Amino acid sequence: MPVLIYTENAGGKFKKSTFEAVSYARAIANQNNTNLIAISIGDVSASELSSLGRFGAEKVLNVSNEKLKNFVNQAYASVIAEAAKKNNADIVVLSNSFSGRGLAPRIAVKLEAGLADGAVALPEQAGGTFKVKKTAFSGKAFAIVELTSANKVISLTPNAYKIVETSGTATVEDFTVEAKESDFKAMIKEIVRSTDKVSLPDADIVVSGGRGLKGPENWGMIEELADLLGAALACSKPVSDAGWRPHSEHVGQTGIAVSPNLYIAIGISGAIQHLAGVSSSKVIVVINKDAEAPFFKVADYGIVGDAFEVVPKLIAAIKEYKASA
Amino acid sequence: MNVLVCISNVPDTTTKITFTDNNTQFNTNGVQFILNPYDEIALARAIELTEGNGAVTVINVGDVSTEPTIRKALAIGATDAVRINAKPHDAWYVAYQIAQYIKAHPFDLILTGRESIDYNGSKVAGMLGELLDLPSVSIIKKLDVAGNTATVEREIEGGKEVLTILFPFVAGTAEGVAEAKIPNMRGIMSARTKPLVVIEPVEVKTFSEVISYETPAPRGQVTLVSADDTAKLVELLHTEARVI
Repeated sequence: MPVLIYTENAGGKFKKSTFEAVSYARAIANQNNTNLIAISIGDVSASELSSLGRFGAEKVLNVSNEKLKNFVNQAYASVIAEAAKKNNADIVVLSNSFSGRGLAPRIAVKLEAGLADGAVALPEQAGGTFKVKKTAFSGKAFAIVELTSANKVISLTPNAYKIVETSGTATVEDFTVEAKESDFKAMIKEIVRSTDKVSLPDADIVVSGGRGLKGPENWGMIEELADLLGAALACSKPVSDAGWRPHSEHVGQTGIAVSPNLYIAIGISGAIQHLAGVSSSKVIVVINKDAEAPFFKVADYGIVGDAFEVVPKLIAAIKEYKASA
Repeated sequence: MNVLVCISNVPDTTTKITFTDNNTQFNTNGVQFILNPYDEIALARAIELTEGNGAVTVINVGDVSTEPTIRKALAIGATDAVRINAKPHDAWYVAYQIAQYIKAHPFDLILTGRESIDYNGSKVAGMLGELLDLPSVSIIKKLDVAGNTATVEREIEGGKEVLTILFPFVAGTAEGVAEAKIPNMRGIMSARTKPLVVIEPVEVKTFSEVISYETPAPRGQVTLVSADDTAKLVELLHTEARVI
């Protein structure tokens, strides 16, 4: 029975987290000696669709229905579950993105499937069991969850699995489904997407500022550093609570959990709630004037110093490095 | 308008997470349990939306140990409470139990937090939506009501979507929807006498089991770089860490 991967697009382009999920689903298909079928919904070009072959999809089901052009949670879940049934797929994979979090539970209920959300590693399938490692306690721990149902749904944490390119090619075919009227009770009025900024959950590098920056007027150097590195901006809870930065940038236990390659924390002391949200970052750099700040205990690299002196020097050093590279 | 707010009883955000029995049980020893912070936001918005016009019911799937958290929700301003007397086995189990209650007691709006801070699933809202054939929005940062239509803002990577939804529907609330409310003395006093109905669960097959837990691997010693030598940091990030 094949594995089905839902390949999410943003404005017609597949995202990095989508390629990660395709690579991950390919590896699961390999574990089970089976095929990988992708399903794409919306307005995506033929070349973009066939590019999924490079990440291991053999077949791409293309759903291009005017009513489904924009994301409709209920209707998309119906289409994906329908595709799983028609193709006898017993494992459905998707990214644990904001949209994925809306889809996965609905698909799981439709397929009477166990759901492993926020997977961070490939399933272990020994002796007929199926175990998935997922984040728990907001990044403070992992839970190993066994799925005991015949059908399974897995949503993959962004940045947790490396993209694997293959020499494969995919065939693209149209997949048509009758959209049922009752699936369209929630409709998009407006989509606001800033195209010039890197999205925080997907970012490879994150530059994050805390209360040590003293006020929103001092974020200019943080933004400059982020721009130089192609990084997303983040902040600590006190900063978003004070309204210095939007809530969507709040990283931590009650905000967003991130797992970038590089997390640079500036003027953040490292309360346990903040550390929970960043603990799966691969490399952590801490800049703080307090040498006793708890953040240094979980950092890989640190500079003890005043952010207002260190950050401009760091910006200059990166400019120099870029000029010489 | 009648709103149902689904609440979880979770370890306080400052909890150091440890495990017992060969990493198969969460160590609750000395752990303070609280109302899930995202559910506090849902509750606060539900109270605002029903002021002088409706009621807010809170529902929890849990054993008797969750009652202090339920009373806290009543103290904050919920009208009444329901506890389904069972351990919350997994999101599917919880959603199934709550869905049976809603089928017998329909609501105009059903809110959950965007996720609980223990298992972080973001699953109950979507599962409830599917079980009840209602629209669901997993993570909203704004919720406004006009007549029989709601306008919500949904978080997406690098932006937001604005949606209009017909009642009834299910949504998971995040920061931005409302400010959490702190109970006042009158609320705390009245919470003691507000109705808290305990009902027994229905039988349902479950599809997942937590087998064990792991804690993140400890990081090595921090490499400190002088504040005057930021070029050294850039070099280390390039040659040693290989992240830039």
